[in-house]
Amino acid sequence: MSTLRRLGTALLAPVLAIVVALAISALVIVLIGENPLSAVEVMLDFGDSPSQQTQAMVVILNRAVPLFLAGLAVSVAFRMGLFNIGVEGQYRLATILSAAAGAAVALPAPLHVLLIIVVAMLVGAFWAGIVAVLKVTRGVSEVISSIMLNFIALGLASFLLTGPLRGSEPGASIITTADIPESGWFPGLNGVFGALGLAEPRSELYGFLLVAAVAGIVIAVLVKRTRFGFDLRATGMSPSAATASGVDARGMVIKTMLISGAVAGLIGLPDLLGSSHHYGTEFTTGLGFLGIAVALLGRNSPVGIALGALLFGFLDRAAIPLQFEGIPASVVTIIQGTIVLAVVVANEIARRITRRQAERGGSQPASPTTGDGSTDGGQGSGGPPPDPGAAVGTGTGPGVRSGAADGTRGGQQ
Amino acid sequence: MKAAALLLAGSMALAACASDESDSGSGGGSGSGGNDELMIGLAFDTGGRGDKSFNDSAYAGVEAAVEELGLSMEDNVQTLSPNDDASNRGELLTQLAEQGYDPVIAVGFNYDEIIADVSQDFPEVTFAQVDGSNADGAKGDNVTGLLFAEEQGSFLAGVAAASKTETDNIGFVGGVQSPLIEKFQAGFEAGARAVNPDITIQSQYLSPAGDFSGFGAPDRGYSVAQGFYQNGADIVFHAAGGSGEGVFQAAVEANKRAIGVDSDQWQTASPEQQAVIMTSMIKRVDNAVMEFILSVANDEAEGGTDVVYDLESDGVGLSTSGGYIDDIADVIEDYRQQIVDGSVTVPTTP
Repeated sequence: MSTLRRLGTALLAPVLAIVVALAISALVIVLIGENPLSAVEVMLDFGDSPSQQTQAMVVILNRAVPLFLAGLAVSVAFRMGLFNIGVEGQYRLATILSAAAGAAVALPAPLHVLLIIVVAMLVGAFWAGIVAVLKVTRGVSEVISSIMLNFIALGLASFLLTGPLRGSEPGASIITTADIPESGWFPGLNGVFGALGLAEPRSELYGFLLVAAVAGIVIAVLVKRTRFGFDLRATGMSPSAATASGVDARGMVIKTMLISGAVAGLIGLPDLLGSSHHYGTEFTTGLGFLGIAVALLGRNSPVGIALGALLFGFLDRAAIPLQFEGIPASVVTIIQGTIVLAVVVANEIARRITRRQAERGGSQPASPTTGDGSTDGGQGSGGPPPDPGAAVGTGTGPGVRSGAADGTRGGQQ
Repeated sequence: MKAAALLLAGSMALAACASDESDSGSGGGSGSGGNDELMIGLAFDTGGRGDKSFNDSAYAGVEAAVEELGLSMEDNVQTLSPNDDASNRGELLTQLAEQGYDPVIAVGFNYDEIIADVSQDFPEVTFAQVDGSNADGAKGDNVTGLLFAEEQGSFLAGVAAASKTETDNIGFVGGVQSPLIEKFQAGFEAGARAVNPDITIQSQYLSPAGDFSGFGAPDRGYSVAQGFYQNGADIVFHAAGGSGEGVFQAAVEANKRAIGVDSDQWQTASPEQQAVIMTSMIKRVDNAVMEFILSVANDEAEGGTDVVYDLESDGVGLSTSGGYIDDIADVIEDYRQQIVDGSVTVPTTP
């Protein structure tokens, strides 16, 4: 089968899903008495002045960075058939503890930032590690234990915030941890706009974008190009076959959850290091759950997740201009919800089509992919076209590419 | 297992859809309209329009002001709701200011940090923040804080509850454990103890600080209130936004009483709930918003300070719909007078 054909099949599901989702969303917009075409026009209109346009890109990218990390964290576990719903708790706990650690010490700038990142990853990994240990020693389903640990993590974070780690003045209506000193801030990337001859946006583009890109590349290489990644994918497709061929399934569960949790620990850092500089009651919540949607949308490949995160970011930005045109912001949420559901359904259809093709072709029946939509096409074997090179392209490219590709991505919830 | 996991993910995406803002108000006003006509921008907090609580109350205030000034909701008003996790609050204010709306009104204390940034970027625009203090002017000279003495109104709710209880046992359900809701609790408990120092008061919050789900969880409001009633309470006061619906339901089933919050909730309740809603602690967000807009229209808005709505200015108080507290009206008036003239000071933290 040619590369082209395989690529076509891989693209079939997401494209089909987005078309179906857009059709449903258009129907919803018609039903509330508005014009879907003008809605699309509004979503694609980034503003009149150059600085408004660059600002719109910054808003999309700043939203996409945490979503990308969340999707990445979920996808690592997904790849081996583990459903890490605990990303939410992992990142909330990691963010508050790393914020406190960052506020408690004074270090030279790069070390300070590094310390915060390391603390966040360790906390995230530790919290996910509990899930893994429960699974391998007691056989507790990771779905159940990670949901339960979410509640514990949120309660713990609240206790720490209102108790020992409280840094805001008593009586202030927003409770926060103490501010991280300036040496612990991650510098923004607005210089890039100047270098490219674009107008300076109002908000700062998160420098953490670079860390997210690196994380994406590392995960891509790890999963696609290492022995560990092979074991991981093999276990995901057939745990019994993998065990039979000598993979240590228990060890894999622990390692995978630790990696997933470490990545989850990074989710809150773009906001923490880039803008708020403290964790507080108004800190953005729910990113862990959105990450599940983004991972499904991106079919667990880092490139796909980056595109999915940008699509959510694009849709999210559109929520405000839509309201100026009298279209409720919930339309955006409906579009996002239908896209995710459509992707799940389309993945399954595409999987069946590929399998039927493979069977009809008389070749070896493709190993049945796990139903979680993790791998594309059913051919688990070699790396699908997006090799690390391609991953690099998207990882570092969003700033440059968003202008060209706005039409295809979207905003967030 | 896999199928279940997928279903779960799907339902989460759907759950996100469920928290809808029913209508974003009117549109098409951007940039149009005469320069001398007031263009009012209103940015809601989480929940948006249709929360039957402070967002709706703020909207009612805008409607009243628009009518008073002879403007049109279509052309002169733009409302914006935040996204589900409210991460775009800053963008809401900025875009309103950028599109020429002035004044811009932010609803909720969650705008505390953001409004200080945005007001600096747009020094010529007049801002107001409901439930946010700018007493020291730290948020800028162009920001007015619209504050309420919730503890004073809640004190009277406590007086009413302690006067009417037959079991000497009452309850308080808070939505989210935040300094704002603690003012309700502190006032309520102080008022009840002023009437009866030995009264039993059960207090509980539905979600901890930082988790705002407690304002929209009627199921949890129901089970907490049910627990209070089973433990002997016969009157429960809620300051829990949308979760109050569950408190009322529990009161109906236990055949006990409840006290509403923010608006006169008796007015919007079903007949069977009207039978149990004894009174409501009213917080006149609508009046505050209306008066602010009118002051801007008359060029009288000061900025860099707070306007406090308390018992004296009738910014907070008790509703009397249903007539359940008519017999203790003089007791309540007595305490009200003591608070107004300063002989009783109400604490703001429990």
